[in-house]
Amino acid sequence: MQTLCSNTDTNNEENLENVMVAIRNLNHFYGEGALKKQILFDINLTLNKGEVVILKGPSGSGKTTLLTLMGALRSAQSGSLQVFGKELMGTKKRELVKIRRFIGYIFQAHNLLECLTARQNVQMSIELHPEYSTSEAKERAIAMLNAVGLGEHLDYYPHNLSGGQKQRVAIARALVSHPRMILADEPTASLDSKSGHDVVDIMQRLAKEQGSTILIVTHDNRILDVADRIIELEDGYLI
Amino acid sequence: MKIPLSWLQLTHEKMRLAVAIAGIAFADILMFMQLGFKNALFDSSVRLHKSLQGDIFILHSQTDSLVGGKSFSSRRLYEVMGVEGVKNVSPIYINVTDWKNPITKGSRRIFVVGVNPVNNLFTLPGMKEALPLIKQPDVVLFDERSRGEFGPIKQDFDAGKVVKTEVANRQITVGGLFALGASFGADGTVITSDLNFFRIFPTRTKGLIDVGVIQLEPNANLDVTFKKIKDKLSSKDIQIFTKEGLIEHEKSYWQKRTTIGFVFGLGTVMGFVVGTIIVYQILYTDVVDHLPEYATLKAMGYGDNYLLMVVFQEALLLAVIGFIPSLGFSLFFYANTAKATGLPILMTVTRAIMILLLTMLMCTLSGAIAVGKLRSADPADIF
Repeated sequence: MQTLCSNTDTNNEENLENVMVAIRNLNHFYGEGALKKQILFDINLTLNKGEVVILKGPSGSGKTTLLTLMGALRSAQSGSLQVFGKELMGTKKRELVKIRRFIGYIFQAHNLLECLTARQNVQMSIELHPEYSTSEAKERAIAMLNAVGLGEHLDYYPHNLSGGQKQRVAIARALVSHPRMILADEPTASLDSKSGHDVVDIMQRLAKEQGSTILIVTHDNRILDVADRIIELEDGYLI
Repeated sequence: MKIPLSWLQLTHEKMRLAVAIAGIAFADILMFMQLGFKNALFDSSVRLHKSLQGDIFILHSQTDSLVGGKSFSSRRLYEVMGVEGVKNVSPIYINVTDWKNPITKGSRRIFVVGVNPVNNLFTLPGMKEALPLIKQPDVVLFDERSRGEFGPIKQDFDAGKVVKTEVANRQITVGGLFALGASFGADGTVITSDLNFFRIFPTRTKGLIDVGVIQLEPNANLDVTFKKIKDKLSSKDIQIFTKEGLIEHEKSYWQKRTTIGFVFGLGTVMGFVVGTIIVYQILYTDVVDHLPEYATLKAMGYGDNYLLMVVFQEALLLAVIGFIPSLGFSLFFYANTAKATGLPILMTVTRAIMILLLTMLMCTLSGAIAVGKLRSADPADIF
């Protein structure tokens, strides 16, 4: 009996280590009182370590809401939402900020800091992790920009980079501190098909090397081939 | 070193930085000028007091300022002679009257001081050589830094001409010059002997004096002697001061009894308010323009405190780099104002530090209002 119990426990722990996100019966609402509107209905979803998952769905289906909930950018309201084995339901804001440091975000607009060079933008992300010294942070930023093919553009300001190059800087920024999970919202929306696919390829390759889970929210059918799994959201329901 | 985001943010847009520096420098110069004028007023009103060679002074109890004081009996002063440690006492007679400009014949109020020509009571430049001249009847010494409206006295005198004019309708001759300077209370000053003073003002008598100057023996203790004199002169019609006390007494008159201190104080506050508004505008626009970037930083895991720090660092950086040019300009303006008005308008380290601190306070206040906008940097909104 004793042995059985501990066996089950070990199994659970192994499972937990493999599970990046576990969502059970998640509902989400916007607005108050009479204007209250339900956006997500009874979502159940598990993301495993190293998986590349694409989340499809029409506009207004709640994709971005789901993404921001998983990214600890929004407080969960009802149900259960576990990220890296930590329950986010009812978690304090300060704890949410800490969780974000282990998630890499890639936005539709690149959202780079205009006053910083490509290298400095990437370095901003590593500086959140005090275990790296400044010189290490700098080396890592340069190495990461080399990996996304921007070794020649280290000291360029975002203003002087093309759309694809900026998105690649954003990927370098998201990946440089080895996040456990990468959340990308329409990363190819403002790019032409060639650079769009390049960007996703780079993202997938580097994430695989690091063993990060990737969730991409997209409309773009041209990049579906990178996914291990495709899920679809419609009117707030996973189908 | 970590990436100095606040510095890079500030210096990234050169035009905006230039406007910010100009705005802060403008506010600082305004404050420098107002405080400079205020202090120049107070300093100018006590220049004569500072030049007096004495340790303890007696005034009538109702005298707030040497300009327009009351006279008291000279007996009070001579009572002090017997006190241990007192070396010498001298009376000063003061009156304000009309001076006739020898060229235009227009008259203007002038400050007339009568002293015993045997004792030099003033450390003013030129005084020691000129003092014996006023032993001659109807000869006065003229302050060469008096305002120009009294006539080209210095030019004529230096050119070797005999300068004659009327003071209180009595013909006098300018026998020499000394350098004091105009104040808000007196546009010009002449010094003459006590006897000449009574000639100019026939209604004044030797027994009623305006200031009693007491000089102490070199080894006498100021505090002890001051107390002894105070005990001896218990009468209510006079007040006794040390030299610092006399200077403070005169300053406090101009500070409290006139609106001048208030007016310049208000000007300083205006400068502060203008500066705060300018810096607020700059910081607010800066925060609004960078909201998506700040939201991104929040999404990456930077806390609110980091962003607050960025804004406040920007505020303090602006304060320092706006202060430096304002100091330079103010020194230049001070020099020119001093030349034009004869007022002792000088930069002091205390004032420079005070304005720097005020600038930092100004920028921090603006920063504190501007960071309210930071809350709207919601990372959930940028997806």
